Amino acid sequence: MTRAGLSALWSYWRCNPLQLFTLITGLALATALWSGVQAINTEARASYDAAAATLGEGTFDQLLPKSGDRFDQSIYIDLRRAGWQVAPVLEGRLTGADGPLRLIGIDPLTAPAGIMPQTTTNDAGQSLSDVVTAQTVFVHPRSVAAARDMLTSPVVADRNLAPGTALADIGTVQKLLDQPGQLSRLIVAPRQARDLPALNDVAPDLRRLSANQGADAGRLTDSFHLNLTAFGLLSFAVGIFIVHGAIGLAFEQRRGLVRSLRALGLPLRRLIALLALELVVLALLAGCLGILLGYLIAATLLPDVAATLRGLYGASISGTLQLRPEWWLSGLGIALLGTALASGGALWRTARMPVLASAGARAWAMTAGRARVWQTWLAVMMLAISLALVWLADGLLLGFLCLGCLLLGAALALPACLDRALLLAERLSAAVRWQWFWADTRQQLPGLSLALMALLLAIAANVGVSTMVSSFRLTFTAFLDQRLAAELYINARSPEQSDRMQAFLVQDGATLLPVQSVDTRLAGQPAELYGARIGPTYIENWRFLAQGTDPWERVASGEAVIINEQLARRADLWPGDILAVAPGLSLPVAGVFGDYGNPIGQAIIGEALFRDLHPEVAVTRFGLRTDQPEALRDRLEARFDLAAGQIIDQAQVKRMSMQVFERTFTVTGALNILTLAVAGFAMLMSLLTLAGMRLPQLAPAWALGLTRAELGRLELLRALILAALTLICALPLGLALAWVLLALVNVEAFGWRLPMYLFPVDYARLAGLAILAALLAAAWPALRLARTPPADLLKVFANER
Amino acid sequence: MLLELRSLAKSYETQTGPVPVLRGVDLVLEAGHTLALTGESGSGKSTLLHLVAGLDTADGGEIRINGRDIAGLDDAGSAALRRGTVGVIFQQFNLIPSLSVQANIAFQARLAGQHDPARDARLAEALGLQDQLGKYPEQLSGGQQQRVAIARTLAAQPRLVLADEPTGNLDEATSGAVLDELLSLVAQTGAALMMVTHSTTLAARMDRHVHLSRGRIA
Repeated sequence: MTRAGLSALWSYWRCNPLQLFTLITGLALATALWSGVQAINTEARASYDAAAATLGEGTFDQLLPKSGDRFDQSIYIDLRRAGWQVAPVLEGRLTGADGPLRLIGIDPLTAPAGIMPQTTTNDAGQSLSDVVTAQTVFVHPRSVAAARDMLTSPVVADRNLAPGTALADIGTVQKLLDQPGQLSRLIVAPRQARDLPALNDVAPDLRRLSANQGADAGRLTDSFHLNLTAFGLLSFAVGIFIVHGAIGLAFEQRRGLVRSLRALGLPLRRLIALLALELVVLALLAGCLGILLGYLIAATLLPDVAATLRGLYGASISGTLQLRPEWWLSGLGIALLGTALASGGALWRTARMPVLASAGARAWAMTAGRARVWQTWLAVMMLAISLALVWLADGLLLGFLCLGCLLLGAALALPACLDRALLLAERLSAAVRWQWFWADTRQQLPGLSLALMALLLAIAANVGVSTMVSSFRLTFTAFLDQRLAAELYINARSPEQSDRMQAFLVQDGATLLPVQSVDTRLAGQPAELYGARIGPTYIENWRFLAQGTDPWERVASGEAVIINEQLARRADLWPGDILAVAPGLSLPVAGVFGDYGNPIGQAIIGEALFRDLHPEVAVTRFGLRTDQPEALRDRLEARFDLAAGQIIDQAQVKRMSMQVFERTFTVTGALNILTLAVAGFAMLMSLLTLAGMRLPQLAPAWALGLTRAELGRLELLRALILAALTLICALPLGLALAWVLLALVNVEAFGWRLPMYLFPVDYARLAGLAILAALLAAAWPALRLARTPPADLLKVFANER
Repeated sequence: MLLELRSLAKSYETQTGPVPVLRGVDLVLEAGHTLALTGESGSGKSTLLHLVAGLDTADGGEIRINGRDIAGLDDAGSAALRRGTVGVIFQQFNLIPSLSVQANIAFQARLAGQHDPARDARLAEALGLQDQLGKYPEQLSGGQQQRVAIARTLAAQPRLVLADEPTGNLDEATSGAVLDELLSLVAQTGAALMMVTHSTTLAARMDRHVHLSRGRIA
């Protein structure tokens, strides 16, 4: 019985390969876009975890130098002698032909358990003494070749390390980096003796960073990954619209088959089980295809994502993908979930359908009549929720919920809006042919609704995201012009070199803008406190988002502090509010400045006050104002033997910043284009499917005098008009989406709010693209209709179809 | 007794309240016998047939097939009844459009787990379908499609064949030929046949003729 039932159900797909193709492709595309994004996120998170595990970040407290990034090994020895259980670490970078390699040196004898690579005790057969005596370097398998090119020591692959990271004995790394006797940090073992002398007494130049205070790349980049996930979800939703349409149509067309099967003795439960089994098989098949496609998408986009994360957050992730089980299993899971979502309603209706129900195809009746009224009410409700969330949304998830309700509400409202517009056109038409055209178009609406909803979402997403990115680009460019006013930026190798350079530069007549900062916590948030030498450069170039009276004068005299927007929003601090900048010192906020691209809070106080608070901080970075930057650069390089990267000009910094910016949005841009392509595919498949069901409606018009060619042209026109009407609805929706992204999501995700600009030329180009997509999608079905043999049209009247 | 109906009652809910369709029908049919059920539109003929086939449930009365009351059967039970004991031939043929003629003929027997290709071949030959086996239903004429439906039902060897206006969509000459074949084959299998028809000419060719009027046997 089961085999007979399955053969009958499967025979439907054999006779309707186009529908099967639509279903499989729609589901595969939906899965691909979703799993592609998930692959990127999974890979990135694995890299963060590996990086954190390598250094014990987030697990162990660390001792760091108060100034600079190196300290002498003798401090470590002093601490050990005083009873401190600490392990030394030296970090540095070597740059080869394949990019930089992060070198980490540790002492295998004192390093806490879990930091040394697993390889030392298992698969490579390395022993602890090999690490020390043979100077073995452990690297991620994919970095082995690059490491061998750069290093003379033996290289061993270890999967537990982060990509681009090499680990070795500290002595080996000191040699490789040419930094004998230097350390970057000390890892503090969790168990320490009770009567330890205070850190300040033994090592006054070090500060202690607790485990939960460290830079957790996973936490910092959460917003970025949430954004990607949201895009993946949107693409998935567009794909599911296609699947829903294909499954809905298949179930409607199989009502007769279902009735026959039940009348012939197939029990309802068995039938539902067989239908579900059929869907599971199709979902798994499409899921596998989708995962394959998703892998390709992720592999293509991952290098851009890696560059973005490195540029924005300094997080190092692998540029290549691994086939992780959790990823492809979740891909199959989402394919099954998508199928369940798309087919749940149809299965439920089938289960409840009386065996004697009419078998006539109702042509997606769920969107017709009463169902459409419910759908419209649901749309109104979702739009109302979205509107309410604009005021109430607090947190990134609620921001995305607001977005989701807005998009879904608008998509659900689309059929009703289009129906009203077509009805109006029908009433305004005088010629009978056009009256028929509009009425016929309205009749087509239920069948095309899902494809048009997908198109609406895709266009709106494109408008919204391009508006956000372009607004961001304008703001960011202006921001760079303000902030990067100095002509040259210097990074001294040591405080001593800095002192000599400053003396030279003062004598040379250049204006110095020291960059001096400490990592601290302000208003309970991790933040940076800067000391600024207030002068014309700041006063003329910096623009405040909100300010009190005479902000610069008050900051220069040590009476006030200015803070970045991120800190202002997260701590709800605005001009006039009081901020504790150090123990026992609270200052009023004099202004809030934009600080795009910085993930954490920042506060600026006057240079003199900063020196009083942090006399230990040496100035090793500073900007230079000069009329002749090239000449000054030459003089500096000649005098101080500067290495590459120690002196950077303004144009170089701006170029690097803009590169990071552009790469940040490469991924969203690519996902946008893919989503639009999926919507175009949905339109094509819906039109093709409908074309096969259209003959009974078109045959009478043909018999009454319209030629097949005219009917074909009208079909084309119909698709264009529907696409154009959808476009008209999508534009305001896209702008609303951009506003939510700029005013709600960005504020929650990154801590800054951007002004919104409009880009009519971009929208016109997108409109042209969408119309072209609709034209291409409609061309094939229209051509097929124009070439329909008259015999097929006559069959309609002979009732032989 | 193969089929026994006692005080069978059925009404349908409408917006203006329940409308009785069958008002206490008593009827018996013995194995190997044929019975024509006639009556004006809305007299309850098709409803009676659907109740006997287990496609619908009665409001009152008894339906006994081979002495077993089918009133209490659930969906699985009535499906099993249709697979094994009762075969239904519909006016609209209800063929599976995506299966070939051969697969359609074999379908119900496969569902019932008693598929016999030799029997299928004999039925196809008897109904003149031997040259149509590779075709699909849409490639056949109405008469040929109804022959396929008859072959499908008889291939499953039901004890009781229920035919709901099986020639209603056919012209006079074709309907006569199809009925000849149906009666002949039913007689060969020893099954009983209950046929709903509007045609008194066709009804006259059956062993018994029962006329329904306003939900009662006239």
